Amino acid sequence: MGISLAFHIVFAAAGVALPALMVLADIYHRRTRDPEFLLLSKQLAKGTSILFAVGAVSGTVLSFELGLLWPHFMGRFGESIGLPFALEGFAFFTEAIFLGIYLYGRGKVSAGMHLTSGIAVAVSGAASAFFVTLVSAFMNGPGGSDPIAAMVSPSWPYQVVHVLLSSYQATAWAMVAISAFILLRNPKRTLHRKALALALPMACITALVQPLSGDRSAKHLTAAQPLKLAALEAHMHTGGRAPLHIGGVPDLETGEFHGALAIPGGLSFLAHGDFDATVTGLDAFPRADWPPVIKVRTAFQVMVGAGSAMALAALVVIAATVRRRRLPEGRRWMLAFVVLGPLGFVSLEAGWLVTEWGRQPWIVRGLMRTAEAVTEFPYKAAAFWLFTIVYLLLGVAVVYLLAKQIAAADRSHEASHEATGSAHAA
Amino acid sequence: MPLELLLAGAMGVALCLYFLFGGADFGGGVWDLLASGPRAVDQRRAIAAAIGPVWEANHVWLILVVVLLFSGFPPAFAAISVALHVPLTLFLIGVVLRGSAFAFRALDPSTGQKRFGLLFSMASTIAPVLLGMIVGALVSGNIRVQGGLVTTGFFAAWLAPFPIAIGLFSLALCALLAATYLTVETTDEALREDFRVRALAAAVAVGLTALAAFLLAGGGAPWVRRALAARPWSWPFHLLTGGAAVTVMVALFTRRFRLARVAVAAQTALILLGWVLAQYPYLVVPDVTLHGSAASPRMQRLLLVALAAGVPVLVPSLWLLFRVFKRSYPSSSS
Repeated sequence: MGISLAFHIVFAAAGVALPALMVLADIYHRRTRDPEFLLLSKQLAKGTSILFAVGAVSGTVLSFELGLLWPHFMGRFGESIGLPFALEGFAFFTEAIFLGIYLYGRGKVSAGMHLTSGIAVAVSGAASAFFVTLVSAFMNGPGGSDPIAAMVSPSWPYQVVHVLLSSYQATAWAMVAISAFILLRNPKRTLHRKALALALPMACITALVQPLSGDRSAKHLTAAQPLKLAALEAHMHTGGRAPLHIGGVPDLETGEFHGALAIPGGLSFLAHGDFDATVTGLDAFPRADWPPVIKVRTAFQVMVGAGSAMALAALVVIAATVRRRRLPEGRRWMLAFVVLGPLGFVSLEAGWLVTEWGRQPWIVRGLMRTAEAVTEFPYKAAAFWLFTIVYLLLGVAVVYLLAKQIAAADRSHEASHEATGSAHAA
Repeated sequence: MPLELLLAGAMGVALCLYFLFGGADFGGGVWDLLASGPRAVDQRRAIAAAIGPVWEANHVWLILVVVLLFSGFPPAFAAISVALHVPLTLFLIGVVLRGSAFAFRALDPSTGQKRFGLLFSMASTIAPVLLGMIVGALVSGNIRVQGGLVTTGFFAAWLAPFPIAIGLFSLALCALLAATYLTVETTDEALREDFRVRALAAAVAVGLTALAAFLLAGGGAPWVRRALAARPWSWPFHLLTGGAAVTVMVALFTRRFRLARVAVAAQTALILLGWVLAQYPYLVVPDVTLHGSAASPRMQRLLLVALAAGVPVLVPSLWLLFRVFKRSYPSSSS
């Protein structure tokens, strides 16, 4: 299940954000009549088609797998999480239908209809992510067993914003990195400069807004799920003026940190907005209810670290752009983008691990432990390895095809560019 | 009418649509695997063109069925997931490989066929067999559930002659659907003849596997056999289904392809209706009933509201999709 989900969220996140970029490119093309934006939009549409196909099948697998792996969870809570899943099903349906029209219908439907289909894909993709995150919010802190109450569990506004932002952020940064990588090898590619110009604003805005959303989530956790907050920070002892530890290794027996940078009162401030406030520690909870603290904290540190790096980079990019009145270019910038680009997906995966590990040992916090939910099917390991292998192969194939796609586009662009070179120069 | 019947009805309709559309996509894969003769390449191309824009949307019907099952009838979903863990897992692998191989192949026409073509067509062939076996096991009466726990193990219920016969029947039906639809969707006369011959062969296979399943049902699925033979609706229903099947064959034989398409859809819908009626009131024969496993009435009402809200978005969108891509060609064009 974990492996399937880990893959699925990458496909799903890109499936939410790529259509938005694709439509943006399309809109730029309609406005500027620049054929390169059209080419870009077509490229993005091809990428979307691969990711959506894989997302669609891995989503099917997940809907069954919930039952295959956790039949007792579904038997007891199927009712509570059914509504968001049913609505997600419709959103997904709409996405599939309009993606079909968008991908295969260029020239068969009117231009306005075509663009509207693209927008419908982007909107319903975001709606799917919205509904699925409601389920996660229920598992993290059930708002009640009544279907409506379960659908709007307390943490939903925080989680939904965080997840949606992360999808756009991860995808935009990945696109920034890919464009920069090609520009490094051939700085004259105008197509990829435009791709960079398309993705960079989205990357910067999301990178700056996301920390704010994270901060609101942390404050919500402090009040609603103090154990999870304590585990995120490996905060052992309840007390005031709690320090924030960055990096290092916590010792769970003593509550000491080895090699960490400590900011006095930092945790108190982040949790309550007050350097002297009391922050509940792990010692306030029975050990049997603790999540795997070291894993949760490590994942959290990775997420926050990657997020901070992107936010910082966004500030620098914006400062440079404002000062020079144009987007950054040149080797050093491109190298930096190539290094920074993968951080979006790194922090997305790390954030997902934080949620999943942070909820353990519960599958529905306070109501059902994961161990109680698991199937009695005796050969779970076989199914696990089977799905792992399938997903690994799928992952390899997707990366290979996307890379090939980008390379092919690069070559065809080069060819067309040489043919019309004089026209462009004029 | 009790709420759970409305929900079950919605599931039945979604399942029927899944079979009519998604089943035909699987069938397309079967004919891709069996593409032969001088026009093998053209056959594959026609199949890919027919499936391309619609297969993902067609596939979502299944997701809808699963979601309705687990939110409307949670204990039934739990029992089915445990008892049929193995065939469901294999079916899912088939779905994953079919879908991704198709998308990968479409992206890369030059080398894609060599790399992903066989994977696509093999997976398309195996998946409907497994789906049929799952249905066969559900109606066989060999899955026993006591106190929410499955007591009959993980293999015996579906690895038996009757479910296997249903699996082959389902495969033949998918192949028939695909070949019949393709006769309407191709513009090329010679290709159309190819698919016509294939559709006729598949129609014969449907008849033979149906007969085999009916004979095996005596021992393999006694409840359903009784229902199919001795209810007041049984014989009129068989006549109707048989009539549709004969219409399909005659229409194909006399090259009335649009009539064949309507008739084959009717035949499939009737077969699914027969299955649903024969199985009523059980979700898993003989221990899990619709009524006994239904979620709370409030949840059922909410689900129906969600369905009622979703359908007005869904139906016009689907209509648009099929109008854009599935306009049938006039038979005079060559």
